[in-house]
Amino acid sequence: MNDISPIARRRRGVLSVDTVTLAHGGGGKAMKDLIDDVFVSAFDNPFLEPLDDQARIGLSDFSVHGNRLAFTTDSYVVDPLFFPGGDIGRLAVCGTVNDLAVGGATPLYLSCAAIIEEGCAVELLRRVARSMAAAAREAGVRIVTGDTKVVQRRACDKLFLTTSGVGAIPRGVDLDASLVRPGDAVLVNGVLGDHGATILAARGDLALDGPVASDCAPLNGLTAALLRACPALRFMRDATRGGVSTVLNEIAQAAAVEIVIDESALPIREEVKGMCEILGLDPLYLANEGKLVAIVPAEDADAALAAMRAHPLGGEACIIGRVSERAETRVLMRTLFGGTRIVDMLVGDQLPRIC
Amino acid sequence: MKYVDEFRDPGMARTLLREITALVGVLGATPARPVRLMEVCGGHTHSIFRYGIEGLLPKAIELVHGPGCPVCVLPMGRIDDAIAIAERSEVIFTTFGDALRVPGSRKSLMQAKAEGADIRIVYSPLDALALARTEPEREVVFFGLGFETTMPSTALTVLAAEREGIVNFSVFCNHITIVPTIKAILDSPDLQIDGFLGPGHVSMVIGTGPYEFVARHYRKPMVVAGFEPLDILQSIWGVLRQLAEGRSEIENQYARVVAEGGNAAALHAVAQVYELREFFEWRGLGSIDHSGIRFREAYARFDAERRFAVPSVRIADPKSCQCGEVLKGVLKPWQCKLFGTACTPETPVGALMVSSEGACAAYYRYAGARPKADAA
Repeated sequence: MNDISPIARRRRGVLSVDTVTLAHGGGGKAMKDLIDDVFVSAFDNPFLEPLDDQARIGLSDFSVHGNRLAFTTDSYVVDPLFFPGGDIGRLAVCGTVNDLAVGGATPLYLSCAAIIEEGCAVELLRRVARSMAAAAREAGVRIVTGDTKVVQRRACDKLFLTTSGVGAIPRGVDLDASLVRPGDAVLVNGVLGDHGATILAARGDLALDGPVASDCAPLNGLTAALLRACPALRFMRDATRGGVSTVLNEIAQAAAVEIVIDESALPIREEVKGMCEILGLDPLYLANEGKLVAIVPAEDADAALAAMRAHPLGGEACIIGRVSERAETRVLMRTLFGGTRIVDMLVGDQLPRIC
Repeated sequence: MKYVDEFRDPGMARTLLREITALVGVLGATPARPVRLMEVCGGHTHSIFRYGIEGLLPKAIELVHGPGCPVCVLPMGRIDDAIAIAERSEVIFTTFGDALRVPGSRKSLMQAKAEGADIRIVYSPLDALALARTEPEREVVFFGLGFETTMPSTALTVLAAEREGIVNFSVFCNHITIVPTIKAILDSPDLQIDGFLGPGHVSMVIGTGPYEFVARHYRKPMVVAGFEPLDILQSIWGVLRQLAEGRSEIENQYARVVAEGGNAAALHAVAQVYELREFFEWRGLGSIDHSGIRFREAYARFDAERRFAVPSVRIADPKSCQCGEVLKGVLKPWQCKLFGTACTPETPVGALMVSSEGACAAYYRYAGARPKADAA
C-alpha cells in the first residue's frame, strides 16, 4: 500500500439539516459538511481523507498486481433507487468493479461522482453511501476520490452516480473476443434476468409482486478463480443492459463466429419466466448485474465450470452453448421445441406487446 | 412451468409433425405448389418465429402472415393525429409501448416525447384512468388500440370514468374489428389462401360464430388457434385435415380459452360504448368498410377526437412501401424493395417492421432474413 503520511486527523463536518439544498452544492462549508458527513465517513480511507482534488497512489500499488492498467467508467441512473437485492450505490460499485474484472483485471480503486437533486433526503444519501462502502469492502476496492453536484429540482431524478475504476491486469492475462474459436464453450455463472425482472417489479406499475431479488454482486473473486482454473480463457463480458443475447451478439460480431445456444440449457428462475410470459418479454434480453458470459476452449470447459460452481456467485453456473464450425456471424438458439431461430440484438428498449 | 411447458412438449410436436406431413402428402402439395395457410393474428406470427415453427414444417406448407397486428395497420394520419393531441400542453398522452415507434408522416410518438410532449407508457387503460384521478388539472388521453381483444378494457374503463364522474379522461379510439378485415382479404382478387388459423384472443371476446361466413360463403376452413407452439401445430393439422376431407368448417382448437358464444359481459360493454364507423383506413390495406369503431353519441365526451378536434389528414403510405402486398400474402417480407435496406427495425418505413408481431420485423429478427436472401 502507498505510504501516506498520516496528517493530523481533521474534524469531519456534520450535516445539521435533513434535506439537501442548492447551498450544499455551493462549494462552501455546507458542501464540505455534506461530503464529510455522507461520503468520507462511509468510505473512510486514508486516500480520500485529505480531500485534495485528486487521490495520489503509488505506481507500485498497481505493478504488484500486473503490468497493464485497466480503466473504466459508468453512470448509474436506476429507478427506483432502492430495490430488492440492492440499490443505486451497490450497483455503482459492482458495475464498475465488474467492468474491470471481466477484462481479467484486479480492480483496485474507484471514484464516485454524485449528482443530487435539491430536496433529496440526507438520510437517503447516507444509506446509499453506506451501501457503496459495504460493496467496496466486499469487492476489496477503495473509493479514493469523488465529487458532488447539487442541481435544481427536475434537473435530475433524485440521485445519479458515476463511478470510474482502475485496476491492474496480471502479466499473461490477455482476454480478447478475437481469440474465440469454433468449438469453444459458452458459460454463464448462474440464473439470468433477475436484475431486470426485479427492477420491473419494483417500479410497481405492473402490480406484479416480484419474488426475485437483483443479482447485483462484485464478480472479481469469481473471475480471478476462473482465470486460475482456466488460463486459456478466451473472453468474458458481464451481461448487463441488453442481457445475455446482446453480449453473445457482440462476441459473435467481434470474432466473426456463429454461436449456438440451447434454450433447454438456459438457467432462468420460474418466477422470471412467468413474468416474461405475462409481459411478452424475452428473459435473454433482461439485464443482469452479477452475471457474466465466459468463452473457454472446449477442453477447458469442465474445469471452468467446476471453478465457477465452487464459487459462491457461480453455484448455478452452466454451459449454455458452443461456438459452431459454420462460417456465419450470428447467434442461433435451438428452441425447447426443436426449432431454430436467430437471437438478434435488441432494437431500442424491450417494450411489452399489447395483445 | 405449469400450464406453459405442457404446450411446448417436443415429443408431442414430433407426433403432430408426422401427421401434418402425412396430410400434406394426401393433399398432393409440393414446395412448388404449397398449401397456403394464413395466420390472422400477430400473436401467432410472433409464436411461429419465436419457436422456429416454420422450419419444422414440411416445405409444402406456406404460412402467410396476416394483418392481425393492430399496431402495424395504423395509418400514418392516425399517428399524426395522436401526436397532435399529445403535443398539447394540457395533455398527458398514455399509450401501450408498442405504438411509440410507429412512424407518422413527420415523426413518431417517441420523437414527440423526446421533443417534450408528455407521453407515458401504461400497461392498461385503467392505469391511464388512475393518472386522470391523480392529475385533475391535466387532460389524460388514452391511445385506444387493438382488435376486439383490447376493446372491452377501454369500454369498461370509460364506463368506470362515467360512474366516477371523471371529466379529464378521454380515449383516442383506433380500435378495429377483425371480421370485415378477413372479409376484405378474402375478397382480394390476388389472394390465394387455402385455410386460416383464426385469432385466439379476439375470439375469446367475440366467440367463433362471427367467422361462419368464411366456411359457408368462401368455403375456406378455419381453426381458431391458441398461441403456444403445440396449439399452432394442432391447428395447422386441423386445417389440413379439413382440406383432406373436403370440409370447410370453423373449428375451435383454443377451447380452453375461447367459448363458442364469446364473453357476453365484454361484448355488452363494447356495444354500450361503441358503434361501427362507416369505414376505417388501414395501413397497407386501404379503407375497409365497417372495420373501425367510434364512441356512441352518449359517450362523445370521452372521445379525444371530438374533444381536441384532430387534424385528421389522410396521409398516403410511402410509395415504395409494400406492406399491403405482404399483408395479403402476395409478397414475402424479404421480397419487398425496402426490406432490410431502407426499412429496418431501427428505422421502420412500413408498419410491419415496427412491432415484434409484424411479419417483417419477425423475419428480420428471428429468421435472419436479409434483402434478396432466402429466409433461414
